[in-house]
Amino acid sequence: MADTSSTSGGLTLPQQRQRAAFWFLAPMLFALFCVAAWPLGRTIWFSLTDTTLSNLYGGKFIGFDNYLSMRTLSSGKVIWRGTLVDPAWWNAVWNTVRFSVVSVTLETLLGLIVALVLNAEFKGRGLVRAAILIPWAIPTIVSAKMWSWMLNDQYGIINDMLLRLGVIDQKIAWTANVDTAMAAVLLVDVWKTTPFMALLILAGLQMVPRDIYEAARIDGVHPVRVFFKVTLPLIRPALMVAVIFRMLDALRIFDLVYVLTPNSAATKTMSVIARENLIDFDKFAYGSAQSTLLFAILSVFVALYIWLGKVDLAGDGGK
Amino acid sequence: MNVQAVAGRIAFYALVAVIVVFSIFPFYYAIVTSFATGTGLFEVNYWPRQFNLANYETVLSGRTFPRNIFNSIFIATMTVVFALFLAVTASYALARVRFRGRGLLLMTILAVSMFPQIAVLAGLFELIRFLGLFNTPWALILSYTIFTLPFTVWVLTTFMRDLPVEIEEAAIVDGATPWVIITRVFLPLLWPALVTTGLLAFIGAWNEFLFALTFTSSETTRTTPVAIAMLSGASQQEIPWGPIMAASVIVTVPLVILVLIFQRKIVAGLTAGGVKG
Repeated sequence: MADTSSTSGGLTLPQQRQRAAFWFLAPMLFALFCVAAWPLGRTIWFSLTDTTLSNLYGGKFIGFDNYLSMRTLSSGKVIWRGTLVDPAWWNAVWNTVRFSVVSVTLETLLGLIVALVLNAEFKGRGLVRAAILIPWAIPTIVSAKMWSWMLNDQYGIINDMLLRLGVIDQKIAWTANVDTAMAAVLLVDVWKTTPFMALLILAGLQMVPRDIYEAARIDGVHPVRVFFKVTLPLIRPALMVAVIFRMLDALRIFDLVYVLTPNSAATKTMSVIARENLIDFDKFAYGSAQSTLLFAILSVFVALYIWLGKVDLAGDGGK
Repeated sequence: MNVQAVAGRIAFYALVAVIVVFSIFPFYYAIVTSFATGTGLFEVNYWPRQFNLANYETVLSGRTFPRNIFNSIFIATMTVVFALFLAVTASYALARVRFRGRGLLLMTILAVSMFPQIAVLAGLFELIRFLGLFNTPWALILSYTIFTLPFTVWVLTTFMRDLPVEIEEAAIVDGATPWVIITRVFLPLLWPALVTTGLLAFIGAWNEFLFALTFTSSETTRTTPVAIAMLSGASQQEIPWGPIMAASVIVTVPLVILVLIFQRKIVAGLTAGGVKG
């Protein structure tokens, strides 16, 4: 932008600016190195050792034994160990994937509906937008507690409503029951994060020029057809970005599951099981291996998504 | 208006009503519960029957909860200050100065914002122990940088990129150094973006749970989300729902008010991250 070459201290202006830019960036890069790159590297290193929580520096390198190891007993029987053959880990993977796919799908569909409603002009639109921001503003832990009270088996208002409506004939322990625990987590997550989805989609919708709708109306095209042929393709970029951000959040979910359904094998996710091993069970290295696997899974997912979906995350064509 | 149009109108407003009720009912019910005590707690009331402040007294006169609120305010404020300070200069460089590897750097920053927190938990735990910060507010202020900084840098960069070139050129002609340009020329224009990102970073730090749970070990150093999660009675059967709801309302009301006041800015900030670019 500034090509006027004035010299000061033997440097041209662009050079001077680049030097300043370096010093402006250095503190931020150092901070990110300290809290992101270095800890990630250490986590991966710990996953290759037998470090314990009580002796962080006493770990020895043991290769990939935390992931998978094979031992042949004298009887000739082969024993496989490590997180890759741990049923609890695969249960957590399955829970996380199931949760993420279902919650993001529901949130996208409901978010789209809410966004379309908010994109229409009607009295009280501002109030509705304020109302849907409330679940987003409530801390996750608070919403988990609020819902676990509402879903309480004995005194919960949800059971009361459903009994009155005749949907169920006896009270259900929503969060404790193995069959309903995942549904409870999904319900709370959908409640809490649909607003975020709706607002992101709404921003996309508002960039669609109004005259397109006008033209379609004059031509007598059915609104549903307009939606699928015009609106949806136009908001696709916004939708793709919103979905990946939600998906990443869902794949690393911890707090909601930890508080709403503590110690339930039906909902335990990858983050929950990894932290359990890291801190609670004193299997620090084993938990590190699981954290590393979660990171690897997320990286592969993001790479595939950007590549297959041709998502332009920067939104400026890499300018 | 024909019958079909009226029916459509009614259906539309019914949908609006469902959205509004579903959004605000849980919070409404938490408030109703927080004012109920004794047996009133154990009967389902759709409308407020009692207005009893006993639960609030229990929570606020408790040994640790006021302290937890103070911790949360202190940690969230310091997190915002650090994030904004580091991000303003960095995003000036990213938005206004051409240098090689800028695109790559922006992508790296975006990648960090996608990090699962659990992946750095073990490494951060070691670092915090090493620095002697375990069980202090600084452990959380340091670790929250991982999610506030990338986001702040990203939003401020997109915002600064849109500022007109002429302002800066005029300043350069006048002989202003980059530091003067940032502090005297850009900072006054940046206020709206700073308020938005600062608020979002504050909310993020106020609500964070995983690091707060892992890096604190005593009741007095906890933040409010951890304190609420840990509020418990003598046994599993005696969960103190009244005080839990009162505590929940206390930590949520300020946020809800902030969000409602700044709702336009927040929506702009949330969408600036990915959609607008």
